[in-house]
Amino acid sequence: MTIKVLHPGLSTTVQDLGRPGYFHLGIPVGGAMDRLAMRAANMLVGNDEGAACLEAVFIGPQLEFTAPARIAVTGAEMPIKLDGVEQPGWTALDVKAGQVLSFDYLKSGARIIIAVAGGIDVPLALGSRSTYPIGALGGFKGRAIAAGDELPVGAAASGKAGASVPEALRRKPGHPAELRVLPGLYWHRILPESQQSFFADQWKVAPEADRMGYRFRGGQALKFVEREQPFGAGSDPSNIVDSCYPYGSIQVPGGKEPIILHRDAVSGGGYFMVGTVISADMDLIGQLQPNMPTRFVEIDMDGALAARADRKALLQKIRAALA
Amino acid sequence: MTTRYSFGGDEHLFVECDEAMSLDAFFKSLSMTNAIRDASIKGVTEICPANASFQIKFDPDVIKPSDILKEVQGIESAAAKTEPVIKTRIIEIPVFYQDPWTHETLMRFRERHQDPTATDLEYAARVNGLADVDAFIKAHSGSPWFVSMVGFVAGLPFMYQMVERAKQLQVPKYLRPRTDTPKLTIGHGGCFSCIYSVRGAGGYQMFGITPMPIFDPEQSISYLRDFMVFFRPGDIVKFKPIGQDEYDHALGEVASGRFAPIIRDVTFDFRDFQKDMTGYNAKLEGALA
Repeated sequence: MTIKVLHPGLSTTVQDLGRPGYFHLGIPVGGAMDRLAMRAANMLVGNDEGAACLEAVFIGPQLEFTAPARIAVTGAEMPIKLDGVEQPGWTALDVKAGQVLSFDYLKSGARIIIAVAGGIDVPLALGSRSTYPIGALGGFKGRAIAAGDELPVGAAASGKAGASVPEALRRKPGHPAELRVLPGLYWHRILPESQQSFFADQWKVAPEADRMGYRFRGGQALKFVEREQPFGAGSDPSNIVDSCYPYGSIQVPGGKEPIILHRDAVSGGGYFMVGTVISADMDLIGQLQPNMPTRFVEIDMDGALAARADRKALLQKIRAALA
Repeated sequence: MTTRYSFGGDEHLFVECDEAMSLDAFFKSLSMTNAIRDASIKGVTEICPANASFQIKFDPDVIKPSDILKEVQGIESAAAKTEPVIKTRIIEIPVFYQDPWTHETLMRFRERHQDPTATDLEYAARVNGLADVDAFIKAHSGSPWFVSMVGFVAGLPFMYQMVERAKQLQVPKYLRPRTDTPKLTIGHGGCFSCIYSVRGAGGYQMFGITPMPIFDPEQSISYLRDFMVFFRPGDIVKFKPIGQDEYDHALGEVASGRFAPIIRDVTFDFRDFQKDMTGYNAKLEGALA
């Protein structure tokens, strides 16, 4: 069976759990921004947790199903409609042949995940179905979906009709959003007063926020420790000799606006980084809208590992609730 | 050179071999990453060499961050004793300098440039104290370059010029990055040259364009059928200036599947190179003849 794209939304892409192993060649891991939401959506429809789904940002697509299907929509709060009738989120829904899935305006969060029993069956590219649009790699023809596309769906396993993720297990960013950051990398390049203000200030998500990176504004500019720039680094004090960029690392070009690198980020470059958002909080970034007030919260490695364990425990609870 | 270790969150170990770029720092990074690969440390999922640093991705559910740090620090002293000799290849990359496509693009983004009244090449010649654009092209294509990192976007090589530091071409990046760069543009920022593997944003100065694809997700280009990315760290590149006719001819050859890049296997000994760079480079380039 296929899904007909009537309207693609703003930017809707095929995503799974990503394409690890090619970062050293500049090919990012990619995959869903909000991994927890994606795993939950797949569990709801009886898929493997890493089956390919659609990820839509800010505006949902309009999709017509050519055959009966079981679907689930998780992630951001965006009213879900089947032939115009509102449906619950985070719940397995049965769709009849010819029905149209559509969405109303986004209420909170940023990205929805649409899972279909059987998964979106595009070919694997370097072991993943994730879309890497810059490299025209993976996904549906290496790009975001467009009106008129017919998306192939794989053979469905059995799932439980009407299953739903309990409200308490749906993880969302707070208000203001809090992102836990392990200082490091080139943290020593800024003055103690800036190390302090970085965590004390309230920031706001800037309009330049996508799968490559999230930019923030509103905090004080960072002041640098004076030095003679090392050979090859470039003349700005925020420049370094081009290095790898970890996922979640926070670069601050010119000391002005922090940018958190996300799933489709460039793999390296010449801007210093103040630290890295911990793995447990990467999902939350995918649900931030422009203008969302955000705080960076300092954490140490033990705290980061404890948060990682908490996220794993939450995932385990979702599995148990849907088993 | 002081090695500095730092964690990038709970999944990355960042190792800076030196703050400044040099071939010494690159070789230290290369020998350490090779030794780490050989050590097959449990929990290490990716090893990414960069110019003067590298990054290890690990799974903290398998190996504790403090343990991976100890393992890698243990490898540092062993790697220092490795002979700085690599088996690699030298590749001739044809370049149409001052081509119409990068020219059109650089004119579109003039207000983001340090010198809006000059072209990128004119500016690069001036800041390097060279008489004119021809002298700059001669210097750019006159010595080989070392691929010291592959990344930024898919398959993009960062290249470091194989000459004494005093002779290295250095050009600042654009004041503000462009939102567009033609595919296969030869760029330059700081001391690094690069080849933009795909069209997109970029902040490096633009000097010319190559007809030779270096990234092919379709894997239809004859020499990219086995793997979609052409470059790997340690490759040596020699640029060959070509004109519009040769460029057009090469494009036709690429389209018909007949284009075969000139590639020769070579052994590179860093110690011999340091003793006589000009002589050593001449020998390397001889392999292309």
